[in-house]
Amino acid sequence: MNDFKVGIRHMDTVTVFDLKGYLDAHTAPDLEQAFLSAIDGRKYNLVVNFRDLAYISSAGLGVLMQFIEDVRKNEGDIKLSNMSPRVFNVFDLLGFPMLYEIYAEERDALEKFRNNVTHPPYQKPDTGE
Amino acid sequence: MTQHTKHTDLTLDISSKTDLLVEVRTFVTDAARAFGFADDDVSNIELAVDEACTNIIKHAYQYNPAGRIRLAISSTAEQDQPRRFIITIHDDGRSFDASHYTLPDMTQYFQRPRRGGLGVVLMKKLMDEVEYSIAPGAPNAIRLVKYLLPLHPRSA
Repeated sequence: MNDFKVGIRHMDTVTVFDLKGYLDAHTAPDLEQAFLSAIDGRKYNLVVNFRDLAYISSAGLGVLMQFIEDVRKNEGDIKLSNMSPRVFNVFDLLGFPMLYEIYAEERDALEKFRNNVTHPPYQKPDTGE
Repeated sequence: MTQHTKHTDLTLDISSKTDLLVEVRTFVTDAARAFGFADDDVSNIELAVDEACTNIIKHAYQYNPAGRIRLAISSTAEQDQPRRFIITIHDDGRSFDASHYTLPDMTQYFQRPRRGGLGVVLMKKLMDEVEYSIAPGAPNAIRLVKYLLPLHPRSA
């Protein structure tokens, strides 16, 4: 059993992904597809609700990394909410709270979007290239 | 005089397929719990082994399901030392040369978002020892070690 499900809800201008089960290298492509469908529909205000997620490996965090640049270029954001201590620990170990807003409750993330408090657009560092 | 015992108790041999990661996790969590680890450490060991096997499937075998991944769990008990829970994972795919790998600085990593590269960072943070060994003609091996510290250490 390696169950993972992504539910998609539209809350005003925000798309919420409800994750359930086990997110690893086998199931990460399902999350990738969900993000792609939102972005193809030009939805850039995204919240990922982790309430029913039991497990995450770096493959799941990799999906968030894959889309954050594109989403912020379009003046959106990926905000995260409702993580169990176990799931939060994985994000924390890798320093993800530096890059992502993580909220205890989904409504706080939605409120941020509602108040139009957007993350500054992502800017590439000047590497002289 | 140091008493030293080493047991190889459990092995698992699987195909290089991501749908079998769940089997790997069940195998290692059952063993870690039986060894005496608390829930947090069991979770940490589970994730580290998942990351190691994911990297083998992805990089060593490049998703070729014909590859084999062999896990063995052993333990050591030395007098006045924490007990060691040791997971050794062998594969016959492309070697990962750890000597040419430097862990990414996470601040720089976030300035250039990309997918992947996080598994090795996690393994190093989650385990007490992470050691790769590669040699011509021999299977690749990664050895992950977690110490089981006594709840009530004896004073000297």
